[in-house]
Amino acid sequence: MNKKVFKMILVLSLTGAVSGGILAKVFHFADPLIQENKRRELREAIFVVLPEAKDYQTIEKEINKEKITVYKGIDANGSSAGIAFIADGGGFQGNIRIMVGLNTDYLKLKGIKILEQNETPGLGNRIKEPEFEGQFKSLEIKPKVEYIKYRKPEKPNQIQAITGATISSDAVVKNINNAVEKVLKNFPSEEILK
Amino acid sequence: MAEYNLWHEFKKGLWQEIPPFRIALGMCPALAVTNSATNGIAMGLATFFVLLCANISVSAIRKIVPSQVRIATYVVIIALYVTVADMFLAAMFPPISKALGPYVPLIVVNCIILGRAEGFAQKHPIVPSIMDALGIGIGFTLSLALMGSIRELLGFGSILDIKLLGNWFEPWIIMILPAGAFFVFGFLVAIVNYLSSKKPAETHGH
Repeated sequence: MNKKVFKMILVLSLTGAVSGGILAKVFHFADPLIQENKRRELREAIFVVLPEAKDYQTIEKEINKEKITVYKGIDANGSSAGIAFIADGGGFQGNIRIMVGLNTDYLKLKGIKILEQNETPGLGNRIKEPEFEGQFKSLEIKPKVEYIKYRKPEKPNQIQAITGATISSDAVVKNINNAVEKVLKNFPSEEILK
Repeated sequence: MAEYNLWHEFKKGLWQEIPPFRIALGMCPALAVTNSATNGIAMGLATFFVLLCANISVSAIRKIVPSQVRIATYVVIIALYVTVADMFLAAMFPPISKALGPYVPLIVVNCIILGRAEGFAQKHPIVPSIMDALGIGIGFTLSLALMGSIRELLGFGSILDIKLLGNWFEPWIIMILPAGAFFVFGFLVAIVNYLSSKKPAETHGH
């Protein structure tokens, strides 16, 4: 009986140990590549929303135990090309993650790029189409970004929502407003520009 | 040792026991990730890899694993290969890894793999187990590729991102949504059942 129990423990432990060893080896090989992919994705997104930027600088701050990260774009002459940050929040299904580019005058957006979304294919997921994303270029953020339905925007802080996907359009606008507000409050422009 | 008809072990996975249409296992990935042909093929290949490795390992250690802990052992082995596949996809093919999302780690609980380990590999030597995994794995990959192609064609008018239908075609968005998966799956099961009911019953020769 004891021999049987011993064998059970031995086989299971050995399987676990061998599997763990193999995984460690594979992780060692794969992890740098995975990190590199993530970095490249972030980099590309920053350069999309800050078109003049040639390089960027990461600035992190901890506010009320919440870490906020912004990326300061640097153009070819070494001066500021705006700041980029991630707006993360709920959509129609799951989260929407957006890279937002903000002009250094803190009045207009430079552009946005949807990084991740699980919206309905053909309806909500049209938020990642250039026609929708492009509306945020040079959009005024004061008093805040708004959307209107079925009509062309009338004010400089308005975009047109996607017909049939108001919730997704609304979620994008809300996430951007929340993130912009947080950045305006915690990263005053004098601080960024110096 | 019993004689094995290796060809039979291979080809049963391609029609007679093709998952998920004939053996209704592995339906979760078949319904969830087949919204494009690329995703279907990637999922099929990832499952294929895990199935092949798991069948070889389970068959190799079948004589030393006490039957009380066999399921636990198999799950550890399967989880190992799934994690390897997941990391490999994330490292080498990030867009596919992103599209498949949580469904790659979920291969661990894909019943096809545990089913083949329990139902075949633990009772048979390595070579027939490899043939079994090749047949079932290729069958599953083909099934997912077929489902993905049909859904992508009707839902986007393309297959493998190549536009096949012109602008006159109004995409059936429902085919990309979960409901479309059930439609396609139901139709394919019906077709496969119809075709196999017309074939004379095959004799099971072992």
